[in-house]
Amino acid sequence: MLLELKEIKKSFGQVRVLKGVSFTLEAGKVLGLVGENGAGKSTLMNILGGIHKPSSGEVFLEGKAFAPQGPTVSLNSGIALIHQELNLFPNLTVFENLFVKNFPRKSVAGIKLIDRRAAIFRAKELLEQVGLDIEPDRIVESLSPAQRQLLEIAKALSSSPRIIIFDEPTTALTRHESRRLFSLINDLRSNGIGMIYISHNLEDVISLSDDIAVLRDGEFINGYTKGGGYSLGSIIRDMVGRDMDQFFPDRDNIPRTDHLLEVKNLGMAPIVNGVSFVAKKGEVLGFYGLVGAGRSEVARCIYGLDSFEYGEVLWNGMRVKTLNPAAWISRGVAFLTEDRREEGLLLDQSIEKNVALASLGSFASAFLRRIKRKDINSAAKKKAEATRVKCDSFDGQATSTLSGGNQQKIVLAKWLLTDPKLLILDEPTKGIDVGAKHDIYELVNELVGNGSSVLLISSELEELLGMCDRILVMNRGRISAEFAKDVFNREAILESALHVMEEAIGA
Amino acid sequence: MKVIQARSIRKVLDHSTLILFAAIVITFGFLSSQFFTFQNLSNILIQSSSLAIIATGMTFVLLTAGIDLSVGSTMFLAGVVSAKMVAWGSPLWLACVTVLLVGTLYGLVNAFFIYRFKIIPFIVTLATFYVGRGFGLFLSETRAMNLPEGFLKIGSVSILGIPFPVLVLGVVILSAHLALSKTQFGRQIYAVGNNAEKARKAGMPVDRILLSVYLICGFCAALGGLVAIAQLGAVSPTFGKQSEFMAIAAAILGGTSLFGGKGNVFPGTLIGAVTIQSIQNGLVIVNANPYLYPLITGAVIFLIVLIDSLRHMQEVKSRRLGASF
Repeated sequence: MLLELKEIKKSFGQVRVLKGVSFTLEAGKVLGLVGENGAGKSTLMNILGGIHKPSSGEVFLEGKAFAPQGPTVSLNSGIALIHQELNLFPNLTVFENLFVKNFPRKSVAGIKLIDRRAAIFRAKELLEQVGLDIEPDRIVESLSPAQRQLLEIAKALSSSPRIIIFDEPTTALTRHESRRLFSLINDLRSNGIGMIYISHNLEDVISLSDDIAVLRDGEFINGYTKGGGYSLGSIIRDMVGRDMDQFFPDRDNIPRTDHLLEVKNLGMAPIVNGVSFVAKKGEVLGFYGLVGAGRSEVARCIYGLDSFEYGEVLWNGMRVKTLNPAAWISRGVAFLTEDRREEGLLLDQSIEKNVALASLGSFASAFLRRIKRKDINSAAKKKAEATRVKCDSFDGQATSTLSGGNQQKIVLAKWLLTDPKLLILDEPTKGIDVGAKHDIYELVNELVGNGSSVLLISSELEELLGMCDRILVMNRGRISAEFAKDVFNREAILESALHVMEEAIGA
Repeated sequence: MKVIQARSIRKVLDHSTLILFAAIVITFGFLSSQFFTFQNLSNILIQSSSLAIIATGMTFVLLTAGIDLSVGSTMFLAGVVSAKMVAWGSPLWLACVTVLLVGTLYGLVNAFFIYRFKIIPFIVTLATFYVGRGFGLFLSETRAMNLPEGFLKIGSVSILGIPFPVLVLGVVILSAHLALSKTQFGRQIYAVGNNAEKARKAGMPVDRILLSVYLICGFCAALGGLVAIAQLGAVSPTFGKQSEFMAIAAAILGGTSLFGGKGNVFPGTLIGAVTIQSIQNGLVIVNANPYLYPLITGAVIFLIVLIDSLRHMQEVKSRRLGASF
């Protein structure tokens, strides 16, 4: 047995990302690893790569216990990771990127200098192996995304690994380049190298893998072996699950027919390609899609956080000319960004200060616009209490000391205090526990019950199914499907997130 | 069309150093017949050697996206220490070796605060900038100190027809160039400067690399200080003042980016230092009003930073274009 994982568990703070995952990998085999966003695939990979340490559980490499202390240890033990986000230095040349950690060297007068000729010679061999036809002394900055992806693979091969882990290696590749990669994978397989192949493209996973492991919510759900009788449908069912351990509070109001926000043909190539939709008053409108499908970018364009190339935005039927956060806040639109630590919170400030932040203007006196401290603090405290945030003190405790779920509640309280007509939530429950999730759902329902609308961007299908009146599915910058509440269908939604992408690549 | 235009703009920006240098030399050549004499050109090279040595050390730091504001103070401290030691009867060579050690130690202090306590380089070196000058003034009791003849002799001696300061400069530039472009250490400096987090993830000894660039910078500052003293023969209380800015200007003028990961010592920083010295020298020769010097130097520095920023914007733009193809 080349690699064996036993009961691997991993928590970040209070969030349990992996809840005891076990599987094995044999030499000369490809293990396909599939699961929804957030199922724990990347964490698992980072544990093998020595970037994270497991909270508990054991890894065995060729029968010996293996607990890497860092990326170098993993690499030296023969495990190579090919990250989705590439680890290249664009200011260096191709061959320098290949050998930056271990150049071929020669001694000149006792000084070890880089043996440029040997490096270029070896670089050519590696590039040929992955079918990349470029000069080794080209600056990486000048390469296309596909060439960079192949270079990253060549880099992994340069350490002559025994195990290679691919994370979404084909997203930047054309169909032709992907096929080339697959034949390379088949060559490596016949050379006895074990590989873990992570991808959302299930057809690729099925055709490449000897075994397939399905993860969901940090747990190993099911394993398949080639020829063992399985289908795309059965894998998708395993990925989605019927798991209802997080329940969704009922909401009985019905969306009105008048349009609150209308977006017409919004575009920012290559990420957003002509998106049109309508959000009605009193509606929860969901956005589903894979990471990189352009969901967040659409919201960021509308809110004026990113610029877009074409398209228009209508608010209450009127064309909006000034798209910036300040203008939107004055119209009553709030945006809870995905990255709450970076964009949503003043981490070293108290809960009261954070909650008050977006409403300072409405608590200013008529004379000299002085902020009425007492009023705003008590209003902020009330709002924070309503979110059931767990803390020691509202005015003395820095928000950095709170857990992720409680931090998220504070960001939410901040925007709720502004009494928004439209609330845009980008992954509002990412990485927070079930109880806090439930509290957040209740707050959303209360807001919608009062006639406001919510745009809910989420990678958790379960959450969208439970909360939304309508779900839009995004795929490669387009809206690929729309589902109304009475025809929600997990498999159909997931397929329209995965499948159209397949056609787009083929085109 | 757009791409071609972007490319040609880029080419001009990439070679802005040489274009600027040529423009300055030609301008002064027109203004005065004395400028283009062999004697004057060799003077420029001798005069710029101290600055070029300091700027070489600075280039190492800038390549990692750091900055060292304390080099002028290190120079001053080097001068004071050597003058004191010689006055106490120490042999010249011992004074020189001690001074180089002091410079390297000063770099170690910078690196220590930056990487042990995670204080940003700008703040750390701003503090050591004041401390170094203050300590030097304390040691010298704010008096100018004359150095023995021996020092001046070193400054004016020639070996095989090459003036000693130029020889030192040559050795420094050559070894720095070799280190940066031909060793693994050098290439890793560029990698760290591009993205320290990625470099750490890739398993490079990031802390050790960052430590060594500040050591190199401190060493070069002390060496540059010695070379300057050997030409001046005295250490005044203002010795080395604003050298840090001249050194940064020289490196950036030579194409080194303040954002890290881009630039070189040869030809970049060398040309940068010589350009700055040419401006000073040219202004003297054409008898310009001395009050103009800082104005012109300031204008040139502004131009350099503008070019660096344009280059950076161009890069971001082409990266976006590249992503959409």
